[in-house]
Amino acid sequence: MTPIELYIHIPFCVKKCLYCDFLSGVFDEKMQRRYTAALCTEIDYVAKQHPGCIVTTIYIGGGTPSWLSEDLMDAILTTVKHSFKLDPLAEISVECNPGTLSAEKLNVYRSIGINRLSIGLQSANDDELKELGRIHDYNRFLHTYDLVRKAGFDNVNVDIMTGLPHQTIEKLEKTLSSVTMLRPEHISAYSLIIEKGTPFYEKYKFDAVKQQAGMETEDLPTDEESYKLYKYTMQYLENKGYKRYEISNYARNNKICRHNVGYWDRVPYLGLGLGSASLFHNVRTSNIRDIYKYCDISEAIAAGKQYPSELSSPYLESEEQLSKKDAMEEFMFLGLRKIDGVARSDFYQIFGLDIEAIYGPIITALRNQGFMDAKEGRLFLTDIGIDVSNQVLAKFLLDK
Amino acid sequence: MDQSKIRNFCIVAHIDHGKSTLADRIIQMTGTLTDREMQAQVLDNMDLERERGITIKSQAVRIIYKADDGEEYIFNLIDTPGHVDFNYEVSRSLAACDGAILVVDAAQGIEAQTLANVYLALDHDLDVIPVINKIDLPSADPERVIEEIEDIIGLEAQDAPRISAKTGLNIHDVLEAIVHQLPAPKGDKNAPLQALIFDSLYDPYKGVIVFCRVKEGTLKTGDKVRMMATGAEFDVVEVGYFGAGQFIPCDELPAGMVGYMTASIKNVRDTRVGDTITHVNKPASEPLPGYKKVNPMVYCGLYPADGAKYPDLRDALEKLQLNDAALQFEPETSIALGFGFRCGFLGLLHLEIIQERLEREYNLDLVTTAPSVVYRVHKTDGTMIELTNPSNLPDPSEIDYMEEPIVEAEIMVTSDFIGAIMDLCQERRGQYISMEYIEETRALIKYTLPLNEIIYDFFDALKSRSRGYASFDYELKGYMKSELVKLDILINKEEVDALSFIVFSGTAYDRGRKMCEKLKDEIPRHLFEIPIQAAVGSKVIARETVKAMRKDVLAKCYGGDISRKKKLLEKQKEGKKRMRQVGNVEIPQAAFMSVLKLDED
Repeated sequence: MTPIELYIHIPFCVKKCLYCDFLSGVFDEKMQRRYTAALCTEIDYVAKQHPGCIVTTIYIGGGTPSWLSEDLMDAILTTVKHSFKLDPLAEISVECNPGTLSAEKLNVYRSIGINRLSIGLQSANDDELKELGRIHDYNRFLHTYDLVRKAGFDNVNVDIMTGLPHQTIEKLEKTLSSVTMLRPEHISAYSLIIEKGTPFYEKYKFDAVKQQAGMETEDLPTDEESYKLYKYTMQYLENKGYKRYEISNYARNNKICRHNVGYWDRVPYLGLGLGSASLFHNVRTSNIRDIYKYCDISEAIAAGKQYPSELSSPYLESEEQLSKKDAMEEFMFLGLRKIDGVARSDFYQIFGLDIEAIYGPIITALRNQGFMDAKEGRLFLTDIGIDVSNQVLAKFLLDK
Repeated sequence: MDQSKIRNFCIVAHIDHGKSTLADRIIQMTGTLTDREMQAQVLDNMDLERERGITIKSQAVRIIYKADDGEEYIFNLIDTPGHVDFNYEVSRSLAACDGAILVVDAAQGIEAQTLANVYLALDHDLDVIPVINKIDLPSADPERVIEEIEDIIGLEAQDAPRISAKTGLNIHDVLEAIVHQLPAPKGDKNAPLQALIFDSLYDPYKGVIVFCRVKEGTLKTGDKVRMMATGAEFDVVEVGYFGAGQFIPCDELPAGMVGYMTASIKNVRDTRVGDTITHVNKPASEPLPGYKKVNPMVYCGLYPADGAKYPDLRDALEKLQLNDAALQFEPETSIALGFGFRCGFLGLLHLEIIQERLEREYNLDLVTTAPSVVYRVHKTDGTMIELTNPSNLPDPSEIDYMEEPIVEAEIMVTSDFIGAIMDLCQERRGQYISMEYIEETRALIKYTLPLNEIIYDFFDALKSRSRGYASFDYELKGYMKSELVKLDILINKEEVDALSFIVFSGTAYDRGRKMCEKLKDEIPRHLFEIPIQAAVGSKVIARETVKAMRKDVLAKCYGGDISRKKKLLEKQKEGKKRMRQVGNVEIPQAAFMSVLKLDED
C-alpha cells in the first residue's frame, strides 16, 4: 500500500479578507451543496484512479471549511472513507475561522474522525483584525477557542501574522502573549505578503516595493522592522516552549502538522476540489479553477457520461511530469524549509547520486557564508540562512 | 547635356532650422514626386533619422525644374548632416557643390552651427543664398534675422526669400534664386577624370554605391577606375543619378554632374569619403584637395548583455561598418563583461546612433562602458601609445606624462546666460579665449576645452543652464599635457575593469564619490555587505556600502501548490541571470550605464 495524503479544498468564505489571494469566494448554501456533491464525485473518481493507497493524513482547507454545515462535512469524510483506505491513526485537520463553529458542529467533527483544528486568528489586536478585513474580533476568537477545547480537541493550531501595516513589537507581543497563554499545540506564524489581485495590493503596492528595496515605507513595516518582528516572533515562541520545525511552523510536545511535513518531504498527495494540487509518482497536477465547470464535470461523471480531456483526468488544468532534475530541486528547496533539513542518505536513496555530486559547490559556498550547516548526515539552513531563504533556496535550482 | 543648366547645391542650417523640411518641399514643388509618394522628409530615409529628426548620412537627389524663363534645369540637391560629429561628411558634401542655401530660423536667428556651416561653405568657395524659414511662427522676426545675417556673416540678405518650408510658402522664390544666383558647374568633360567621393552606401546586390561629383572628365560604365588615396581599382559596372528614393542608371556622368557609380565593391573602406576617382589609363596628375582619413574621437566598449550573442554583435557591427567607414571596432575582453568590442566613433551622437541601430535593427541588448577619448601616454622609455581603453593604461611608474585631446568650442548664447555658461566652461576645465557680442543681446564665446569634458553630457548641461538658448560647435585643436589619473572602482574589494575611466586628477575625488553613490543605488542588496570603493592607484578616495539583506523569507502557506513556490524561486534566479557576476557580486547591466549619467542631479 502506498501511503498518501489528501488535501480537500473548500473554496467558500463568509467574507473575503483584504489580503487574501487564495481561491475562495462568497457563495450561498445552494452552491455549497452543489459543490460538495461535485467534490464527493471527484473523490470517488480520483480514488478509482489511484488504487492501492492508504491515506495517512487529510487536510481540509479553504476558504473557510468550518463555514460548511456539519452534514456537508460529514458527507465529504464519509465519501473519503468509502472510496479510500484510511489509516485508523490518520491525522484529519480542518481549517476554521472564529465565529463559524458551534458546540454541535464540533461534536459532529469529533464523531466523524476530525482530530485536529487550525484556527485563523492572525492578530489579538482588534484594530489589526479590522484592517485585515477579518470577520471576527479577538473576543470572538476566544469564544471559539473555548468551544474547541470543551469539545475535547487536543491538537489545535492558531495562525498568526507578522509584518502587518503599522505593526509594532508591542502589538505583536500582545498577540504572541495572548496566544501562547492559551497553550495551543501548534502555532503557524506567517508574514503578510502583498499579493496581486487583492485590495491590499492596490493599497500597499508601492509600499511593498519600497520595503523590498530596503527603503522608508509609509504603512508597512520597513524591511528592517519586519525583520525584527519576524525574529521577535521566533524567539518569543521558542521561549514559550514552541519548537520551530519549519520556516513558519512551531509545535510544542512535538505535535507537528504531519500533513504539512508531508509536503516538504514530497510524500505523494492528492488534491481534491477546486484548484487543488497533487503530487503522485513525480507528476504534479493542478485542478481547474472555475467552480461552475468543476461542478459540470462532476455532474456529467455522476450521470455516467464521458467527459473528454487531453490530460489524465477531466478535473485537471495542468499536468507536469517532473524530471529527475526537477525532483532534485524540489527535494532541496522543500526539504530545506524544515529546520532539520534533509538527510544525505535520503538524497542518495531517491536519486542514486551523492548530494555533493550535484550540489557540492553550492553547499560549500553556503556553508562558508554561514547560511548552511551539516550535522549527523543532515544538511540544514542556519538561522541566518532561513532569514534569507528565498535567496538561498533559489541557488538549488539547476541550470537547464 | 548643357552644363549651364545644372545647379549643384546643398542646404546648410543649424539643427532644427528646417533644412530637411525645405529639401522635401523643393522635391515636392518640382514635381519629382507625387503628393502620394511624398513621405515626410524623403531624404532622411533611415528610420532613426526620421525619428530623431536629424540627418545622419548625407543623401542626394536629382530634380528637374522648369524655371520661369521657360528652360529646364537639373538640380542636384545634396543633403548634409547637421551635427558636429559629422563635420567631415559635411565638408565633403560641400565640396561636391557649387552653391549653398543657408536656412535660418526666423525666430531663433543665427546659431553656432549656422556660423560653423556657413564658414565651411565659404571655405569651399560656395556661393551662399540665405533663406529665412519659419516665417509663419508667431515669434518670427525676419527683419531682425536679415540684419543679423548681414552684420555677422556679411552676406547680402535684403532679397532673401522669406519662406515657410512647413506650409510651402514662397518656395518658388527659392527655386528661382537657385537658378539665378547660384553658379553652373565648370569643368572639361574631356580632361583626365577627377570625381570626388562624398558619400557611399552598401547595397547587398550592387555592393558599395559610391556617390560622387565629377569635377573634370567623364565617368562611364565599363571604365577602369582607381581611388587615388586608397589605390583600390575597380571596373565600373553602372553609373547613374539620383531619383527621389531610387537610383536611375545612365550612360555617363560628364564634368559638372553629381551621380553614383557601382563596381562590385565589397567594402566601403575602399571608397573613402573625400577620395578622388580617376581613370587607370589616363589618370589625373593629382587628386582633388581636402581628403583626410577620419579618425574616431570617442571610444567605448560594447558588450552583448547575453554573452552568447557575441557573434551576432560582431556580424551586426560588420554590417553597419559597410555603410559607415568612420565606425571602427576591435575585439576586447573584460573581466566583468566578457567578450565584446572596443568601438571608435566620431562623437557621442555617432556612438548613440550606432548603439541604437544595433539595438533596434539587430535586436541586440547591449552593455556600454563609459566613453573615452584617445589619450596619448608618453612612457619613460620614450615611446608613446594612444590609449583608447582605460584598462590598458600602463603602470604609473612607466608613464612620463599624458596628453589629452582638446577642442576649440564656440558657444553662442543670449546675454542673460553668459555667466552661467562661462561657469560651466570653467568647471569643465575650459580656457577662455574670447567673447564678442554679435548683437546687443547675444554673444559668441570661445573656449578651449578638453574633449573628455564635453563627450559625456556637456551639451545637455549647456542646454539646461541656458534654458535651451545656447548653441555649440567645436573643432579638434590638438593635444595638451594634462594631469590625468585612472579612477578604478572596486566592488567588494574587486576591481571592475569595465567601470574604470581616465579622469583629470583635480576632479577624481568628485567623480569617484558620485560613482560610488550611483552604484550604491544600482546594486541590489546581497546576502553580505558590499563595499563600493573608488580608488586612484592604491589610494581609496571614496566609499559607500550596500547593506546586507537580512530577511527574504517566504513565510506563507501555499499548501501543496509547490509550482507557485518554485516560480517565485525561478523568478529570483532569472533576475540574477540578467546581471553580471563580478567576484560574488551580481551587478545589474544598468550599473555600467550609470557612469554615463553622473551629472544628472
